[in-house]
Amino acid sequence: MLRTSPFHERLAPMSQAQAWGNWLGFQSALRYDLSSKHEYFGVRNAAGFFDTSPLRKYWIRGRDAERFCSYVFARDVRALKPGRAQYTVWCDDAGYVLEDGVLFRFASDEFLLTSAEPNMGYLRGLARPFEVEIVDVSDDYASLALQGPRSLAILETLTPDVSGLRYFGFSETKVADSPVVISRTGFSGDLGYELIIPVADALRVLDALLEAGRPHGLRPYGDEALGMTRIEAGLPLINVEFTSSRYAFTPEERFTPDELGLGWLLKGIDDPARPFIGRNAILRERAEGRSRWSTVGITVSWQDYFELFDSHGLPAVPNEVPVPWDTMVYNANGKRVGYATSFMYSPVLQKHIGIARLKPKYAEAGSEVFVEQTVNHEYFNVRATVTTLPFYNPERKTA
Amino acid sequence: MSDTHAYDAIVIGAGHNGLTHAAYLAKAGQRVLVLEQNSIVGGAAITEELRPGFNFTTFSYALSLLRPEIIAELDLVRFGFMPLYMRSHFAPMDNGDYLLIGPDAAVNRQEIARHSKADVDGMERFEHDTARVKQFIRPLFDSIPPNLFSDDPADAERMAWLVKHLGNADRKLLHDTVRLLTGSIADFVDDYLESDIIKATICSAACVGIKLGPMSPGTGLNWLYLAMGEHDGVRGSWSFHKGGNGGFTQVLARAATAYGADIRLDSRVSHLITDDGEAHGVALADGTEFRAPVVVSSLDPRRTFLQIADPRELPSDLVETIQRFRFQGITSKVNFALDGVPHYPALGDRTDQYGGFINIAPSVEYMERAYDAAKYGWFSEHPYIDASIQSFIDPDMAPPGKHVMSCYVMYTPYQLKGSTWDAERENMADRVQATMQRFFPNFNDLVLQREVVSPDIIEARTGLSEGNIYAGEFFPHQMYFFRPAPGYSDYRTPIRGYYQCGSGTHPGGCVIGAPGRFASQQVLADVAGSR
Repeated sequence: MLRTSPFHERLAPMSQAQAWGNWLGFQSALRYDLSSKHEYFGVRNAAGFFDTSPLRKYWIRGRDAERFCSYVFARDVRALKPGRAQYTVWCDDAGYVLEDGVLFRFASDEFLLTSAEPNMGYLRGLARPFEVEIVDVSDDYASLALQGPRSLAILETLTPDVSGLRYFGFSETKVADSPVVISRTGFSGDLGYELIIPVADALRVLDALLEAGRPHGLRPYGDEALGMTRIEAGLPLINVEFTSSRYAFTPEERFTPDELGLGWLLKGIDDPARPFIGRNAILRERAEGRSRWSTVGITVSWQDYFELFDSHGLPAVPNEVPVPWDTMVYNANGKRVGYATSFMYSPVLQKHIGIARLKPKYAEAGSEVFVEQTVNHEYFNVRATVTTLPFYNPERKTA
Repeated sequence: MSDTHAYDAIVIGAGHNGLTHAAYLAKAGQRVLVLEQNSIVGGAAITEELRPGFNFTTFSYALSLLRPEIIAELDLVRFGFMPLYMRSHFAPMDNGDYLLIGPDAAVNRQEIARHSKADVDGMERFEHDTARVKQFIRPLFDSIPPNLFSDDPADAERMAWLVKHLGNADRKLLHDTVRLLTGSIADFVDDYLESDIIKATICSAACVGIKLGPMSPGTGLNWLYLAMGEHDGVRGSWSFHKGGNGGFTQVLARAATAYGADIRLDSRVSHLITDDGEAHGVALADGTEFRAPVVVSSLDPRRTFLQIADPRELPSDLVETIQRFRFQGITSKVNFALDGVPHYPALGDRTDQYGGFINIAPSVEYMERAYDAAKYGWFSEHPYIDASIQSFIDPDMAPPGKHVMSCYVMYTPYQLKGSTWDAERENMADRVQATMQRFFPNFNDLVLQREVVSPDIIEARTGLSEGNIYAGEFFPHQMYFFRPAPGYSDYRTPIRGYYQCGSGTHPGGCVIGAPGRFASQQVLADVAGSR
């Protein structure tokens, strides 16, 4: 039987759809409203919250905590100040990405890692030579992401400690008399915050949040709306954009940070004082120009998409819910040059968008490519343009 | 002579069609000046903060007909275009029950079955048959109609295409199309449906903006016209632009300006300046003159041909047809600032029914009787109201916890028999408020303020003759190649250099942009041809 999140008692009755998925063995909403697009607009135009409680959460503590983290994670943690968090990945020795997550620094010797998949065994195994303690506190904390332009106004009625938070900063504060960690982070590409709450206080904090959010149009959102917003934000998702190299069978299933468009995480990789797992392989990849892929955005004009269907006598009805399969990408000569791992119709951009992996020479922004679509049970190619990521990046996200 | 002109083209009116037109011309490299009589752009698509924090969509109030080509070609997203999803359609009933149609087709089947088991598949047959008609009509809707009386080869080509297209329809499709184009919507839905609330919900969409009741022939055409819209590719669905339709026209103004157009506010055009049958510019009411070889009127046909142009310079058949062109405005708006959420007893504390339109049209007969009053020169005792609590869709429309409600009201004839709108305006609004109170028992207690916009006010503030929201009635003889007059449907006029780009041309009214776009194609073709 699936477990339920600490918020479930309150969230289940709010669900008209009763559409649940399975995230790490937890009952996790696909959507609450009958329309995931309605939830999506909650995030883009008001505020929405997503129950992230199934996220795995690990304390990494001890004298060697920084040294350990700078060894395990590809992004340099040495510059991360207490009260700040960073998105990061960890790789295998061959430089392929295992997973991604967010690392919070609470003190010089104290970090918290959140990840979408379990990593306790992996982290503990690596920790043996270090004076560091790894504690799995996944079941001790509920968590939720409050995202959207009204998120700050809602939180400000609950705590004064949120107003000055910068992008990827966090604060240990109190909400409804409960100790809560609020970080200015999220997966939506919008202004947003995430709350980590002791399980015992989860419902009390949620009730306060719901009350504060009511006049602002706050609504819960599920996995479908999450997918829409994170694709617009150009953010990769494990098991969609990539599989963990740990569980890959073939080279085609493995990707390096550069290939995933995450090369920006590797600032300072040249510093020999920070050997991290995969570093040497990534340096070789760079020196030899061996990256097989570039991760880019592709956009399809609504007109082109419409005309493809119209010319076959069909109404073109786009779907905002991301398609659960790869969408093949070709060049003008019909040669396959890559594939989109995520593809959807974006309501705020009024066109189809995709996160695609293309062979580097076809990946320059502005290049013309073609995406394969099925119309009347036949394959057709529709023109698309290569763009940079993210697709949607409002000023308020980081302002 | 053209090198002495500061502008290549002058557009009269910064309504949505004028702005769309100006943006296309400017994007094509023309130097464009838009002249607007009011202090803000938007024409009938404006949003006004009439009370601190409360934003009212004074006139038009939702988006659907806007052609997706325009969004793409003018790259409107870059300028802030953001249509918000309206998730539901709520129709209260006299007996306290309701019809609530939402985003899930299977759940809608259950809701329809509550009212009639036969209507579950009846509705789906209706939707499929009419979807085929929409698919069939769309190419006519989205192209410049042939001018039947022209010897231009382009028109002969258009005519040949039209004949061929009509020939592609099967018997049922052609028959359904003609039935919708000529018949009444009430008659059409009778073939498919039996539940009165479901029929009324469909019929209500056919009675927006037109001086006809659901049982009148001609309402099928209006239904079809309004169903040609779409949101995110879903035909017939409506959206609410961020910040209302005023938010949308601000987007258009930003686009037009970014492409290089100048917009001059508080500049009421008095008349066209001509010389020997050619347009040379315009004069403002204050005497200021602007010169350009192209002048494009986005105003309605009466103003374009009988006021801005001198009718003596026009062929008498055109003048006569325009004089006979029917406006007969029939609609009003009553906009409310509310202190909280209206309560619908049968739905308890739910509020999800307010995610879209709230349709006060509990039966076909209710609407037809509402129309009866208008036939005899009076407003409905029990009005048909198409309402929306816009702050539910866009929370920025009202302060947190407060709401704005737009009520579009039918039927309120421009010409009252034996009275004036100055005398009757508040009485009419009282009828609207009483109707809302009847369905929402806490309504009166919530009202903080109301704005009453009767047809005379629509006319005075937007310039739409007789307050007709479509810039001319949607009658078959005023549509397609008859809009605004036979032989004058190609956006040109008999005065060389003078063009029309308003909703009085094909395809017609609503916030649609197509007239502005088509007219720009004609202007740019003529400019290219004269070089």
